[in-house]
Amino acid sequence: MVTVNDGKPGLSRRELLKGGGIGALLVISGSAVISPEHAWGLETSALKPETVATLIQMARDIYPHDQLADKYYAIAVKAHDEKAGKDQAYKELVEKGVADLDAKAGGGGYINQSWEDQRVAVLEQIEATPFFQAVRGGLVVGLYNQKAVWPVFGYEGESYSKGGYIDRGFDDIEWL
Amino acid sequence: MAKTFDLKDGSVVVIIGSGAGGGTLGNELAQKGINVVMLEAGRRYEYGEFINDEWESFDQLAWKDKRIASGEWQVAKDFPNLPAWIVKAVGGTSIHWAGASLRLQEHEFKTLSTYGKLDGANLLDWPITLAELEPYYAKAEDKMGVTRTNGIPGLPGNNNFKVMKAGADKLGYKECSTGRMAINSEPRDGRMACQQTGFCFQGCKWGAKWSTLYAEIPKGEATGHLEVRPQSMVLKINHDAGGKVTGVVYADKDGKLHEQKARIVAVAGNSIESPRLLLNSESSKFPDGLANSSGQVGRNYMRHTTGSVYAAFDKPVHMYRGTTMAGIIRDEARNDSSRGFVGGYEFETISLGIPFMAAFLKPGAWGRSFTSALDDYVNMAGLWIVGEDMAREENRITLHEEEKDEYGLPIADVFFDDHPNDTAMRNHAYKQGTALYEAVGAVRTFPTPPYPSTHNLGTNRMSEKPGDGVVNKHGQSHDIKNLFVSDGSQFTSGGAENPTLTIVSLAIRQADYIAKEMAAKNI
Repeated sequence: MVTVNDGKPGLSRRELLKGGGIGALLVISGSAVISPEHAWGLETSALKPETVATLIQMARDIYPHDQLADKYYAIAVKAHDEKAGKDQAYKELVEKGVADLDAKAGGGGYINQSWEDQRVAVLEQIEATPFFQAVRGGLVVGLYNQKAVWPVFGYEGESYSKGGYIDRGFDDIEWL
Repeated sequence: MAKTFDLKDGSVVVIIGSGAGGGTLGNELAQKGINVVMLEAGRRYEYGEFINDEWESFDQLAWKDKRIASGEWQVAKDFPNLPAWIVKAVGGTSIHWAGASLRLQEHEFKTLSTYGKLDGANLLDWPITLAELEPYYAKAEDKMGVTRTNGIPGLPGNNNFKVMKAGADKLGYKECSTGRMAINSEPRDGRMACQQTGFCFQGCKWGAKWSTLYAEIPKGEATGHLEVRPQSMVLKINHDAGGKVTGVVYADKDGKLHEQKARIVAVAGNSIESPRLLLNSESSKFPDGLANSSGQVGRNYMRHTTGSVYAAFDKPVHMYRGTTMAGIIRDEARNDSSRGFVGGYEFETISLGIPFMAAFLKPGAWGRSFTSALDDYVNMAGLWIVGEDMAREENRITLHEEEKDEYGLPIADVFFDDHPNDTAMRNHAYKQGTALYEAVGAVRTFPTPPYPSTHNLGTNRMSEKPGDGVVNKHGQSHDIKNLFVSDGSQFTSGGAENPTLTIVSLAIRQADYIAKEMAAKNI
């Protein structure tokens, strides 16, 4: 099982420094991917935590929204860990997919290519693979169907309980 | 408590499907005192149960049984197992429709004589004219409470409409309004007025938009002549040695099979399931399926030439607020071949929430070009193109050769190729839609490919001659006098207009005919 914790990760500075650094933002500690700065952690059970960290970066590179925190991408990819726990073949697809991505990226692996352009160039090489399509396809719902991201896009979601928009700006455009 | 009928009661009319066609026919017959058993594959919800959430609602309402999309159309690439976005519930796709209620134009009943014989098309004139259907259009508009008819005011325009209207004015379009909509602009028929909630596609939680679920079926039930059986999936229509239909076999919610006897069977399962059922009802007497001596069952599948144009501005629009289809432009709906195609198209506002925008704006796309469009979501306006597509014999519903459903019956294969006329029309509409938004300052425009089909038409078409189609001008099958088709699959051509109003008008007309023929003991 994957758990997503929104609370403090409870890591000391020393543990933090000890943990494997991945990029500048995420830290691997035991079986978890942790964001010390934003106080969330994602514990993995089937996939290697490094794999999940790569999936998070990959998710951002596929659907980059600078205004969305890593947390939402982490939530969006956790289903892959769940599925890998139930399906050995799927686990291999993802682990091998990430290993292949790292190999194609060269020096330091995918996650250490510091410019988005460099990482996207690697993704373009694997765009047609079942691995890439599984990750991209999962994100369409996994990322954009999180109610917490809707306000970031200015989408207000459910409106029936508020009486619709008849008195809340359905025709409030002023700039035309 | 609505009346119930015995399975062995062979005096009833069995209607398969409860949407715009079946639901209307059932109420109309019940009002005349004719006993009806309506079999609906989906569950029965009440409108308060609808969900203001795109994916949750899709899960609640959509017809998700597997189908195969094949052919060169974009939908087959983007959604290979979801050729159509229609509803499996009591009320059918009249829950999901957006409410636009436009009459077909005169020439659209006469496509072969107006457009001539087009290569690669199988055009045919309807066996009825606009003049013959007009009295029924009038009845349907009154029944449905269509705005701008019967003294009913138009709906107020939302932000998405205002952007469209400003662009339409700049382009010189003259026929742009908030349309003729079967959405209450004021309380009517025991239903309240539109609250500008959005989520029209997810079922109107106020009941302000007309649907057979709450505007027709309960009235029929109140007569004591209509029984609706939800979660009843019809698998086969039976017939006797003389070739008359005698009843239907259906599976209930537990998968248990029953036979309901019938004096008349009316098929109204939408243009994919209706031909599938006729084809799956093959027998030694009818080896090619019921009502199929012409070989036209399943053929001439039409789905309207569609597409969308979304545009991003430098200021907010909030297009999702208010009615989804909030405005219509009719200037391009005329037949004017100087544009490089025959027939015409409507522009109608449309909006999607973030979850569906991510899925439908450019299926399969990724990277900053795509995501920066979504970043502009709040500044977006959108319109939908709905135009006449050309009937083609090759575009058809067939029974899949290998894949079977949970009852062991072949699933539907939905094959479609655009006719060159469809492609020319779509490209023209993309160009005009883009120009419209650029005229009011769009900073980016997004020509968006067709969604899975909601307007499924033509697969049991009407024809004067039995060799050219499946049913006559009353929707009665040419081959079997007590077998009717009551949905959009009767359409001989699609027109540029949203089909529901025409489906309802045909159902009212068909009810008159069935009652007359029953009284005369002809069926």
